[in-house]
Amino acid sequence: MARLTHPPRPWRGAVLLVAGAYFAVPLLASLVFTVDVPGQGFTLGSYTQIFAADGFTAALLRSLGLALATVALALFLTVPAALAVRLSGSGRLRAALEVVCTLPLVVPPVALVAGLGTVLKWGPDHLATTPLYETFVAIQNPSFPLVLVFAYVVMALPFVYRSLDAGLRAVEVRTLVEAARDLGASWPRALFAVVLPNLRTALLNASFLALALVLGEFTVASLLGFQPFAVWIVQASGANAQLSVAVSLLSLLLTWGLLLVVTGLARTRGATGRPARTTRPLASSAHTRTTRTTRTTRRKEAVR
Amino acid sequence: MTISITSTPRTTTAVERPKGRRSRRRPGAWLAALPLLAFVALAFGLPALAMLNGALSVDGAYGLATMSQSVHGAYRTALLGSVKLSATTAAIAAVLGLLLAQAVVTSRGTALREAVLTASGVLANFGGVPLAFAFVATLGNAGVLTTELGLTDHGWSLYSFWGLALTYLYFLVPLMVLTVAPALDGLRPQWREAAQNSGASAWQYWRHVGIPVLLPTLLGGFVLLFGSAFAAYATAASMVGSSVPLVTLQIADALSGNVLVGQENVALALSLDMVIIALLVMAVHLPLQRRSARWLA
Repeated sequence: MARLTHPPRPWRGAVLLVAGAYFAVPLLASLVFTVDVPGQGFTLGSYTQIFAADGFTAALLRSLGLALATVALALFLTVPAALAVRLSGSGRLRAALEVVCTLPLVVPPVALVAGLGTVLKWGPDHLATTPLYETFVAIQNPSFPLVLVFAYVVMALPFVYRSLDAGLRAVEVRTLVEAARDLGASWPRALFAVVLPNLRTALLNASFLALALVLGEFTVASLLGFQPFAVWIVQASGANAQLSVAVSLLSLLLTWGLLLVVTGLARTRGATGRPARTTRPLASSAHTRTTRTTRTTRRKEAVR
Repeated sequence: MTISITSTPRTTTAVERPKGRRSRRRPGAWLAALPLLAFVALAFGLPALAMLNGALSVDGAYGLATMSQSVHGAYRTALLGSVKLSATTAAIAAVLGLLLAQAVVTSRGTALREAVLTASGVLANFGGVPLAFAFVATLGNAGVLTTELGLTDHGWSLYSFWGLALTYLYFLVPLMVLTVAPALDGLRPQWREAAQNSGASAWQYWRHVGIPVLLPTLLGGFVLLFGSAFAAYATAASMVGSSVPLVTLQIADALSGNVLVGQENVALALSLDMVIIALLVMAVHLPLQRRSARWLA
């Protein structure tokens, strides 16, 4: 577009260069830090030690389990709600859900954990004689703390819901459902065979956001006294600085890999969406798609 | 809230086309959302109420003494420190993010654009502990750059306000790029052409067209970054310990019993302070978002 009118822009190269340096240097320096150990010279020891390190596997598996449980619960709760908004067209429900799914943004994780810790203390303090006490103990089981899943679902809710909502706007859900129903599909079949496959990109984006959030989460877990991956890294850093930096680098690679997998899945199998958009997983990335589709919805409302 | 919820289906049915199948589904819509609403009430509402209750109670009765304690002395320093750090980093990141996004959006190749946006998506999520360790390895006391360049002799310390600010920029700038890139895409080439045809310079175009249209997005982005920096705890906790006063570190200290017994309520009061600040910031954000949507739609 308008290429002729653009004069050459030297500032652009400078900006990209400075930004590239700023973002690359810490990663490269970390790599150097882990392979060039003072007194030992070049060594890959920090990386080979990781898997033998005490508690590494348990912490990683715990984090992965928490992440999968969070994704499952978050989707189980938000998908029906988001679908209901689109299918019923109820403005009240939309507004209520938008408020409910924005509220967690206002409460920082530290504040959430402060309140959560207070609630958990009710268990031993007030409920010790009631059956609820068992529940309180059960959700705080250190090997799989369900209470963390609850907290993570709350924290992921704004991003998951927005990602789903944006995906739903790009698809004519109501038309799809009515077409499927008119062709004789049952309700479950219309949902699982028609609607959900069309939402693959949105579902993958939402899952990625929740996964990334849980795998890197430190605040809630450490303050409630549990030990998933991020908390383990900090505790390991006391004994071996190289090791913890090596794990940090690996966790970035893990996130990157996860993102590529999600993008790849969306690109190869989700032929419906606009694949180029899926490379931007944050909720804000949905913005362009949203604005484009709101115009069509607005037009439709005007017709009505 | 639940009371208003149950009465809504009737009011909306009248507006819809009277289609049998659809109107029968109407109560079902609220039913489908019920698990979500119930979950949020339990997992979010209960802790929020506990926070309110604890922050507003003093020795078993309700009062504002705890709240007032939470905005004085060391707590005041921590609150101001958090606000100062968040505002500074958010402002710097907003400007840098805008520059970077503009450089990427106006570039000819789509490869660069895709690469930068994908990287931004990853780096914006690269917060917390790993980020802190990457910076410790780079610019900490025994960091690679610190020892190579002898930065300690020049008075550099990562465990300071500016050290923390430099670290926060690492996830704030990508976040700003993600926020502002769609808005920059929305700036129509015709607007610039119209300005040029009318004899406007590049500066005049930005001064009178570009920036005014982008302003809501920029301010909204600033608010988003402020919120992220304000809520951040893991990076600061695993990097600086408590050498920089921050409200999140104070809350964590009070929660883990590093202070006097009976300070849990102060932690809750500080949390409420944070929520109030976040609410104020949100209140600015939402109307701005609506305004920018009008122009860039």
